[in-house]
Amino acid sequence: MTPMIRVGMSTCGLAAGAGAVYTAIDTYLHRRQLSVTLQPTGCVGACHREPLVEVVVDGASTLYGPVTPERVSLILDQHFGGRGRGVSPDWIVSRRADRTDYPFLGRQVKVTTPLCGVIDPHSLEDYLAYGGYQGFKQALKMTPEQVIQAIKDSHLRGRGGAGFPAGMKWDITRQQRGSDKYLICNADEGDPGAFMDRTMIEGDPHRLIEGMLIAAHAIGATRGYIYVRAEYPLAVKALRLALQQAREYGMVGQNILGSGMNFEFIIKEGAGAFVCGEETALMHSIEGKRGMPSMRPPYPSEHGLWGHPTNINNVETYASTPSILLNGPTWFASMGTPKSGGTKAFALTGAIQNSGLVEVPIGMTLREMIFDLGGGCKNNRAFKAVQLGGPSGGCIPASLLDTRIDYEDLKATGAIMGSGGMVVVDETTCMVDFARYFLSFTQDESCGKCVPCRIGTRKMLNLLTRISHGHATGADLERLLTLCETVRVGSLCGLGQTAPNPVLTTLRYFKDEYLAHIEEKRCPAGACEIDERQADNGRPLAHRAPAARAEAAL
Amino acid sequence: MTSPVKELSSRRYIYQGDPLLTPPPADLMVILDKYRGQRDALMTVLEELQDHYGYLPQQGLQYAARELGFPLSQVYGVATFYNLFQLKPPGRYIVRVCKGTACHVNRSGEILAMIKTKLGIGEDETTPDGMFTLQTVACMGACSLAPVVVVNDRTYGRMTPEKSTAMLTELHDEAAMEVKV
Ligand SMILES: Cc1cc2nc3c(=O)[nH]c(=O)nc-3n(C[C@H](O)[C@H](O)[C@H](O)COP(=O)(O)O)c2cc1C
Ligand code: FES
Repeated sequence: MTPMIRVGMSTCGLAAGAGAVYTAIDTYLHRRQLSVTLQPTGCVGACHREPLVEVVVDGASTLYGPVTPERVSLILDQHFGGRGRGVSPDWIVSRRADRTDYPFLGRQVKVTTPLCGVIDPHSLEDYLAYGGYQGFKQALKMTPEQVIQAIKDSHLRGRGGAGFPAGMKWDITRQQRGSDKYLICNADEGDPGAFMDRTMIEGDPHRLIEGMLIAAHAIGATRGYIYVRAEYPLAVKALRLALQQAREYGMVGQNILGSGMNFEFIIKEGAGAFVCGEETALMHSIEGKRGMPSMRPPYPSEHGLWGHPTNINNVETYASTPSILLNGPTWFASMGTPKSGGTKAFALTGAIQNSGLVEVPIGMTLREMIFDLGGGCKNNRAFKAVQLGGPSGGCIPASLLDTRIDYEDLKATGAIMGSGGMVVVDETTCMVDFARYFLSFTQDESCGKCVPCRIGTRKMLNLLTRISHGHATGADLERLLTLCETVRVGSLCGLGQTAPNPVLTTLRYFKDEYLAHIEEKRCPAGACEIDERQADNGRPLAHRAPAARAEAAL
Repeated sequence: MTSPVKELSSRRYIYQGDPLLTPPPADLMVILDKYRGQRDALMTVLEELQDHYGYLPQQGLQYAARELGFPLSQVYGVATFYNLFQLKPPGRYIVRVCKGTACHVNRSGEILAMIKTKLGIGEDETTPDGMFTLQTVACMGACSLAPVVVVNDRTYGRMTPEKSTAMLTELHDEAAMEVKV
């Protein structure tokens, strides 16, 4: 077999310098006139070691990273018999094909991302060689009802945040009357700190197309929109190419694979508005309007795009379905917890040692995730909290690290599963400031349609700013809590309804930090800029700054 | 691709001798012609206009509204709703500092502050020489390489305030080289 060299060239790889590494390898292979397949791939997930290069010779795989252009010839000499001077062990991520020597990769179970970092995302042949489109072909042999039953039996739940059972949603949409039904794939991924959808689309775009085809067959839909954020130019490019290939292969258009099924795809680029991830706002955006949400019910399944029944799912939800049909629902369900089957991908980021994309069975504990896979905090700092679900989610403290990653268990802590963003913070982050950060985000992104969200988030932000500057009193804290309740109950859409979560969870687990700011005018993490004069008020007179002492004496 | 909703009129607007109402320039017409009669195309049209001009010029919006039959208020409504649309011409390099959660936790604030002092401009401003526009962005999806700065299509990962100064100098030199060539 020809040896193979894979270079991770996703957005993350390129940002780390994979382009120059690729060129260096290409030059090396030319110079040595070696017959080796050089393949650009997506990202395997170990972004913290990027640029990543995998060398496969006679079935033995070695993964290197971080690789620089200077290290290329040293590394390749080892494999292809050049001068063969030593390669530093620090450059080697893993020497085993199953990656068991690197828990970050070895402990993952990849259902939606098995080919990311393995195949060339721009090649349909590669996808086909790994069983691509077999799940869809399997679906075509089944009746739509059977497909829906399989998805129900798999316990697959929506991966976009709310966790609604996918099979049930499909069934509701299928049962609506009316001929034209639509599918939407939500690839807006607005949660800052999350990149699961990007990795999947950039690394394995055909899987999403296949998943949507399966849903189209089950629901009887004729048209599918993929709403992808414009901040992901590489993902958009990969999708466009994949669609063109799928069309040439007979998977898109009229009479697909001779089955009589017709289905068209349309790619819509978002334009940088977080609220457009909300399903009704997203539909308005597709319709060419301002992306403002509307009241639900009616749900999109009943009354969606231009009033037609519309099934909307996240990228990962669709991408899970090919394997379910191929390997059976029982296989998928057996991986998760009784109520939610399968695996979930997370973007592990922040103050963590090993940041990157991890896909694990639902039910793994946070501790395993953060310490066994993630390697704990960077720079030997102490772990403080993990934030799940972005601006809609909450913080979980160290004492609750044994919580299982499951929709219900996470909800009980006040956080949510969310779409997969998992940001770790260490002792240097002030939780008041962190809550303020999220509120400044939601306040900025509030579309302004409903009053509780538009004004409430601004007032909450003001209060949090007062607290973090040491200007607040105990009454402000009361006010903040009242506002949280008002905004949660009164807002029109999920953006406002969940905006208080970061405040509520930090207040629940880190109240002492709030009190330190309010009563002692002190930021325990040393991150906030406390107004010096305010800080003085909390101190005994003798310890105050001279000016303040003079002022107090007056 | 026809739109599944009631079609808009696909006739061209007729300009009758009013000197202020000249037909759009040919390059703009090519873009607008592609989307005539499609009610859902407004965002796509604006995205394409921005690709073409680098921003959304006022006249372009007026022509789009008139030619495609949208109320001007709707065109402005959409153009001002989405963060990506720019109503002012940007500089040669659009420097976008990520202030997403992962980047925030990894101190992107310090980088933003450094770039602000170096360039002497604030957010959404352009340097007087038209070289740099400074913006912030909510997340570029490269969070594992936080903090991240994106310049035009190039993504810079694992940034520090020092690296960002070096980056600005490099870009300055790059532009100077191109002028000479
Ligand atoms: C403010 C807000 C932002 C959202 N952003 C996203 C997003 O970026 N991606 C996503 O898949 N779902 C997002 N959702 C959830 C969607 O509204 C919807 O529930 C989801 O796309 C349904 O797909 P699923 O059932 O496969 O999860 C967001 C919801 C809200 C309220
Ligand atoms: S948070 Fe900065 S790239 Fe995602």
